[in-house]
Amino acid sequence: MRKPFSKEKTKVPLKRKSPGRPIKKLNNNLLNKNQLIELYKQMLLIRRFEEKAGQLYGMGTIAGFCHLYIGQEAVVVGMQSVCEPGDSVITSYRDHGHMLACGMDPKGVMAELTGREGGYSKGKGGSMHMFSREKNFYGGHGIVGAQVPIGVGLAFSHRYKEDGFVCMTYLGDGAVNQGQVYESFNMSALWKLPVVFIIENNKYGMGTSVTRASAGRSLAERGKAYGIPGTEVDGMNVLSVRQAGKEALDYTRKGKGPYILEMKTYRYRGHSMSDPAKYRTRSEVDAVRKQKDSIESLKEILQENNIKDDHLKDIDGKIKLIVSEASEFAEQSSLPDKEELMTDIYL
Amino acid sequence: MIEIKMPSLSPTMTSGSIVKWFVKEGDSVLTGDVLAEIETDKATMELESIEEGKVKNILIKEGEKDIPVGTVLAVVDDGNFINKKIETNKSFTENIDIKLMQDIKTSDNNITVREAIRDAMAEEMRLDDTIFIMGEEVAEYQGAYKVTQGLLEEFGDKRVIDTPITEQGFAGLGVGAAFGGLKPIIEFMTFNFAMQAIDQIINSAAKTLYMSGGQMGCPIVFRGPNGAASRVAAQHSQCFASWYAHCPGLKVVAPWSASDAKGLLKSSIRNPNPVIFLENELLYGQSFETTIDNETIPLGQGNLIKSGNDVTIVAFSIMVGKALSASKVLLGQNIDSEIIDLRTIKPLDINLIIDSVKKTNKLIICEEGFPFSGISSEIISQVQEKAFDWLDAPISRVTGLDVPLPYAENLEKMALPQVEDIVEAALSICNRLGN
Repeated sequence: MRKPFSKEKTKVPLKRKSPGRPIKKLNNNLLNKNQLIELYKQMLLIRRFEEKAGQLYGMGTIAGFCHLYIGQEAVVVGMQSVCEPGDSVITSYRDHGHMLACGMDPKGVMAELTGREGGYSKGKGGSMHMFSREKNFYGGHGIVGAQVPIGVGLAFSHRYKEDGFVCMTYLGDGAVNQGQVYESFNMSALWKLPVVFIIENNKYGMGTSVTRASAGRSLAERGKAYGIPGTEVDGMNVLSVRQAGKEALDYTRKGKGPYILEMKTYRYRGHSMSDPAKYRTRSEVDAVRKQKDSIESLKEILQENNIKDDHLKDIDGKIKLIVSEASEFAEQSSLPDKEELMTDIYL
Repeated sequence: MIEIKMPSLSPTMTSGSIVKWFVKEGDSVLTGDVLAEIETDKATMELESIEEGKVKNILIKEGEKDIPVGTVLAVVDDGNFINKKIETNKSFTENIDIKLMQDIKTSDNNITVREAIRDAMAEEMRLDDTIFIMGEEVAEYQGAYKVTQGLLEEFGDKRVIDTPITEQGFAGLGVGAAFGGLKPIIEFMTFNFAMQAIDQIINSAAKTLYMSGGQMGCPIVFRGPNGAASRVAAQHSQCFASWYAHCPGLKVVAPWSASDAKGLLKSSIRNPNPVIFLENELLYGQSFETTIDNETIPLGQGNLIKSGNDVTIVAFSIMVGKALSASKVLLGQNIDSEIIDLRTIKPLDINLIIDSVKKTNKLIICEEGFPFSGISSEIISQVQEKAFDWLDAPISRVTGLDVPLPYAENLEKMALPQVEDIVEAALSICNRLGN
């Protein structure tokens, strides 16, 4: 078990060019090749999906708010890879990556982004509001921090039903200053509910850097007053994320209560599509992209693990196909029927 | 001599009961000694001696119930002469507010609104073990207004859960639990505190079904006392009916009688949608003859509780009682009013109102809440759309004033709609037509 509140970072080098590194040291989860490839595929799917969503937004096919996950892929892919199938997931409005990582169909997600009847919410929810009971994905919530008590409620239902599952509650660094987050920390710790709070610290809550918004040393320590252990994690490294996720899940699944993981990550794109991103320099973004990109880092590990470039190209091609099929579906799916306007208000 | 009187121990307490005497005549008592245990409308509390002395007389026996506030319970001799004749205890029921007595009928089937709500929850919880109740002081304290009395004992702390004071948090937790397959009953100590949680109620509970294309229903009841209580001032006194009724995705229920409270709460718990169940603190202690047992009353059906030909008076929650009182006064003036209890605000039983208007051709709507954008505004709009030609006079409304509720007794009374206001509105609407 990692020591709570440890400032120690997982020691996985992030620089891209470092030939000759023993694979075993990097691959501290001791995954086999196929498992590593699966992580790579999932992260790449999210990246390509989001790039396509950005294009469709530019064409006017997707409208309204659209928050892209590009840069943060390792967080959700790493965490979901250590979950059990019955664990529930809830997050904020930057949710496309989470849905894909939960195994939701890219076609249904993209068609919701375009507001079509083939979307997960029949076109009535949009980018921020999608759900899948089948995949235990509970949204998709547009109000900053509101998903946190709901996540604690899902954890409450797991405990009530004694099903042994955990609720993975994702929130951003912008949400950590909402009062209801602390109400949730308190109740979940008080009642030892099975919930892991995953704070995706991408450094900016909309346009305000975390240092201008949040007092204190570390967001991982925000549960300290409630006795909730917290760990800072290199959220750009999917293997570090997995390792931390396993430890947190192990802790909470044993009935010890909630756990906080602060994922140090970065979003390459603006807060939403309309964000001019004047609050940070291009060189800052470029530096992270070049030095820490989660997909490139994993690709390097795969190459060191004797995965051939042809194989990687093949994966790339298949992912592109999935995404282009999703976008085709999303563009071809019909607008919702007029009859849908006044349905689903009450059961 | 010191007279120990039945103290007023809560804003709404009008009488109390002696559960137990800890002293007997002749005992010496010190300041702070517990003399007796008194049961109020909210809790069982200890009565302490305020002086040293010897207990001279105990005037009210252990077990006596409904003793009005101010009644002398005992006399303590502190050595000082008191130039006041100590009356032996006359029939104390004489002092009880006549109006209150009118509501207490002497049938075996009488229950209070408080008991009705508790029974509804208990009956439903026995049928469905996914139902749980959560809120501040609902378990060990037995409910801030004693509404959840006995539930912890019967259902245990897995299903009857005390929360910290954290409304937004536990409202959101309830929503999540409902998404997760449970049926939460979330008690707000009063709906005033639900304002802390209104984002979770509206943005999370009410809208998610629609936003999920019908996948993610939220079967949850948010309940608690609503509206003005008594002398608790602006932050603790207002009616939220129109706030919640405004929002698609919520059902809003506001019962008056005990039977309705029970039957409607049972329906609300079984309903697969989020339901706002608005109770009223001043009604909790009122007894009504119940006609239902284990039965539900469907949401969305109003109740014609008195027929009449001259004017229709529509009301909900505590205003129903006031409308009935007004109708008695009006009968003396030869005005025969028809009284409709809405029972459910949303969905609104507009057809019941329209049918009545077609008979009486005159309409008054009573609402304790503020007038602007109130429930009455909505009814007026719908009636003029659907029954304009049937109206013989402009529709009148009797509402609270557009002011934060004042503390001072006289001002509070002026700010809230009273029986006289309803009578006046009816006389005005009928007299102008020469009735």
